[in-house]
Amino acid sequence: MSEALHYHFDVDGASFANAGKASVETKKLLRQLGVPPEIIRRISVAMYEGEINMVIHAHGGDADVYITPETILITLKDVGPGIRNVEEAMKEGFSTAPENIRALGFGAGMGLPNMKRYSDDMHIDTRVGVGTTIELWYHLT
Amino acid sequence: MKISEVARILNANVMTGEDKLDMEIHSACGSDMMSDVLAYVKDQGVLLTGLMNVQVIRTLLMMDMNCVVFIRGKVPPQGIVEFAEENGVVVLQTALPMFESCGRLYAAGLGKAEEGAEGINGEYGADDE
Repeated sequence: MSEALHYHFDVDGASFANAGKASVETKKLLRQLGVPPEIIRRISVAMYEGEINMVIHAHGGDADVYITPETILITLKDVGPGIRNVEEAMKEGFSTAPENIRALGFGAGMGLPNMKRYSDDMHIDTRVGVGTTIELWYHLT
Repeated sequence: MKISEVARILNANVMTGEDKLDMEIHSACGSDMMSDVLAYVKDQGVLLTGLMNVQVIRTLLMMDMNCVVFIRGKVPPQGIVEFAEENGVVVLQTALPMFESCGRLYAAGLGKAEEGAEGINGEYGADDE
């Protein structure tokens, strides 16, 4: 992806109120670039869920957006606790989020399922105690 | 249904977005779980919620929704209203509880045009994709 446009965002893990800022910025960027609205919405929702996850579970991390005429790739990388059981985490309704996060409107066990639903391809690379990197791929052509 | 009509039916205060009250909306969703709202991607316009934090507004932005109704008489803090205003989101505030708010809007015809899969009360289209 040598000719990709690349945007980087630091996801601040210290503040729940800031979670989602990268997604809002990315949405604006994609609009400026003329990406079709339906694709923008799918990217926004998936990235937003990912960003929330990073703040809830992993003290933040890095979000990167790579854009070529053919594909858009979002990577979300953290050095958090890792996902112990990916298969379980992919089930709708399964959550390890603490109760105080539910009171904030998240932690319903829809994060990863939503990310999968709203991406063309999703890859999860996770190691317990090391961190998690998630790739969200979108095919534009 | 116009947003002004939603405000009238719910006896709602308009906290911001007076200039957008003529906007037409066709369906609504009531939920306190933002992840459930995010799972329900349709051409919805209004979110009714008892949750009150800035992520409610971000969820709306992600979903291209135009209007939020804060229910049960909760008054949103100024920071939330300002963030909504900056991003062109209409904020309404009603004393009514969730059930009655949704019921009144549904009875008035909101969401009925799209009979079928999506309901008004926090349902999400699981097979949307």
